[in-house]
Amino acid sequence: MNFTAIVREAIDPAQVLSLIGADQDGATLLFLGVVRDHSDGRSVGGVRYETYEEMAAQVLSDIVEEAAEAADTDRIAALHRIGELEVGEVSVAIAVSTPHRAEAYEASRYIIEEIKKRLPVWKKERYSDGAEEWVEGRAPDAASAPQTDGS
Amino acid sequence: MYGPVEIRTLFFASYKELLGTGELQVDLPAGATVSDLVSALRSRGGAFTVLPSTPAVAVNMTYTDPAAVLSDGDEVALIPPVAGG
Repeated sequence: MNFTAIVREAIDPAQVLSLIGADQDGATLLFLGVVRDHSDGRSVGGVRYETYEEMAAQVLSDIVEEAAEAADTDRIAALHRIGELEVGEVSVAIAVSTPHRAEAYEASRYIIEEIKKRLPVWKKERYSDGAEEWVEGRAPDAASAPQTDGS
Repeated sequence: MYGPVEIRTLFFASYKELLGTGELQVDLPAGATVSDLVSALRSRGGAFTVLPSTPAVAVNMTYTDPAAVLSDGDEVALIPPVAGG
């Protein structure tokens, strides 16, 4: 069974991996999005993620189902953390297991790219000098409806 | 011929900060579209005029075209450019 969640607590990669995997799977892939210490030449101390939670839960589930269908697996876990995060903390975890590696890489890449296009989540960076700014994001368009072919 | 439609309008992130509120009830004439809602908001003046004229919009949690007609009780979110991941 695929698993998706918008969470407030720290993401534990080992726990995410425990949600996937099966005897027929020869490939397990884990992607972690991590808060980095710089942005456009400025030193970043931390970030705050906000969300439209009900919609984000639905969109994340849609994205994972699209990837799962294309990769012919039901063993995907995807989590996005919101709230205050420090440098080095995990904001996103995507774990995929499939019989062969190619499908796992493809599904993982699809999920992170779609998250960046259409998950209703916003990021405010906190810089070392105390200033804060919303990160300029990408405008989702009305065509961001679920893609049935997962491409 | 039909009464006005009541729209629950939601604002997030930069839009919420700009307007100082995360939610507004907006009454519009029957047949009003998503873009009519945005125009009605922008015509309130002040910070509302800073809203983009064609923001991304989700109606009942689905991204929706500006020409879509709204129904009474719809939940409409103005979605600033997203920055997840």
